Amino acid sequence: MKKNRPQKSPEDRHPLLDQLSQLWRNKTAVAGLIIVAGFVLMAFFAPALSPHNPNDTSLYDQLKPPFWAYGGSDKNVLGTDDLGRDILSRIIYGARVSLIVAVVSVGLAFALGTLLGSISGYYKGALDNVIMRIMDIILAFPYLLLAIVVVAYLGPSLENAMMAIGITYVPRFARIVRGSVLEECEKDYVMAAKAVGAKDWRIIFIAILPNCLGPLIVQTTLSFASAILDAAALSFLGLGAQPPTPEWGAMIARSRALILRASWVMTFPGIAILMAVLGFNLLGDGLRDALDPRLRD
Amino acid sequence: MLVFIFRRILILIPTLLGVSIIIFLMLRITPGDPAELLLGERATEEALHEIREHLGLNEPLYVQYGKFIKRLMKGDLGETIWSRQKVWIEVKERFPATIELSVAALFISCFFGIIFGIISATRPYSIFDYLSMLGALIGVSMPIFWLGLVFMLIFSVNLGWLPLSGRLSVGIDLEVITNFYLLDAVLTKNWAALKDAIWHLIMPAITLSTIPMAIVARMTRSSMLEVLRQDYIKTAKAKGLSQFMVTFKHALRNALIPVVTTIGLQFGVALGGAILTETIFAWPGVGKWMFDAVMKRDYMVIQGGTLFIAAVFVVINLVVDVLYAVINPRINV
Repeated sequence: MKKNRPQKSPEDRHPLLDQLSQLWRNKTAVAGLIIVAGFVLMAFFAPALSPHNPNDTSLYDQLKPPFWAYGGSDKNVLGTDDLGRDILSRIIYGARVSLIVAVVSVGLAFALGTLLGSISGYYKGALDNVIMRIMDIILAFPYLLLAIVVVAYLGPSLENAMMAIGITYVPRFARIVRGSVLEECEKDYVMAAKAVGAKDWRIIFIAILPNCLGPLIVQTTLSFASAILDAAALSFLGLGAQPPTPEWGAMIARSRALILRASWVMTFPGIAILMAVLGFNLLGDGLRDALDPRLRD
Repeated sequence: MLVFIFRRILILIPTLLGVSIIIFLMLRITPGDPAELLLGERATEEALHEIREHLGLNEPLYVQYGKFIKRLMKGDLGETIWSRQKVWIEVKERFPATIELSVAALFISCFFGIIFGIISATRPYSIFDYLSMLGALIGVSMPIFWLGLVFMLIFSVNLGWLPLSGRLSVGIDLEVITNFYLLDAVLTKNWAALKDAIWHLIMPAITLSTIPMAIVARMTRSSMLEVLRQDYIKTAKAKGLSQFMVTFKHALRNALIPVVTTIGLQFGVALGGAILTETIFAWPGVGKWMFDAVMKRDYMVIQGGTLFIAAVFVVINLVVDVLYAVINPRINV
């Protein structure tokens, strides 16, 4: 029986898998992947990894410096803030907040953008025009401004910040998907699918979209990076995570008043943001080299 | 060319209308009573009544929008809720500060971005290239609100080289004409104020320049690499021209065409980033004003300020598009 099964030839592999396997040869991508994996693990195992409860205040341990500085101890490796909360623990738990924000807001943008973009590209005509003009309007607001305004109206909270970021990211997904769908629609397999009487939604989601995955994956990864950055900025302005949530941007905001007395309170959350965003950017750049055929030499 | 510009301006109109609709609707479709949202929960019944009358909140939406647009056409952005001043006057007072900061930031980012981009492209895959591109990647990943605070900590608090915040030191008198302090100082030949204003500008401008600089450097590098591969560059080299001539005279000209577009778009990034930078450095521009308005929940300021910034951004994009067509002879318009 086994002998009769057709042998799998290398050509049978999905082209996406083929391209992804090239990723290992890309140093940038691997570096990004390691950093991202680090943060994901940190977020996942936060309760096990953090030495203290992130929200436990301590009257006796206020503004303790990190262990290598004078007056620091092993008890609070990266020191404590003005309420005596352990900074390392708050940073570890902060990874959870930032990753959730990134997944939710980019997920929202991905879903809406893909839907609008494929409708636009598949049906063309007036519908396409209306959708793309709406995307233009969203893009007419400078970076971060629209998110700030949306949160200003809805009220400051992490949920609203995620929604605001999600809305501002819809156009980038819609544009990519529209372009790819327009391109794919010209191909024979779409014609064939239409000829056998497949429904529109089936052609779009089952036939066309899997062929547009490459650029979408790249955009999603890069959007994770900017979503983390924007969410931190919103929280820094007091429009995102509310106290006592251990969020990196909010931690920096709180540390502003302490800049003269305790610089470490401000330093470490900033490094955490920088590293997380850098990780996703590195990974996104590497993925683009591997997945985007237009950019490959 | 004129037809192209005209067409481009025509597209601008629906976009701006769309922006105005979004901003108009935000106040009205937010859950709750807009009058209460504007005045706060403890507003008296008379005050609520007055603001409803003033903004016509009892009328149907399309009538309200018609009035809103009519006022906008006259350049009326409404009145602030707290200080009861014309929003437009407040914008006019603060916008020069934002422009001064953004232009300075863009100048820094173009200068260093283009230089780093060129050197990277002429020595691809060298150690310099790796380091500068890694630097650029760190630049685009930078939380600038944090970087600003780090700069403050190092250069103001610890070293004491630069002033902590604001646009001018207390005790420096400057006759304000245009509200561009550098320009005003030059116009009135007030050199002490000029030095002080530049000193205040350095830190916020560098902070704001981080992300655009990184983007310009990456763009210059990739565009330059593409141009350097082309045949006419080989011809130029074969003619015996020096590396310098080939790079700066032949290649750079073509390589900069896409970079110009990028730089134009960075202006929008700078306008948005100005909210963060101005808030940190207490820079009295539109960004800080908007942030204060968000904190005070002055929705008239938020509405007017957003409209103004979006309009500026859209117009800049238009100028960039036209400029792109002008400098790129391959685009036939």
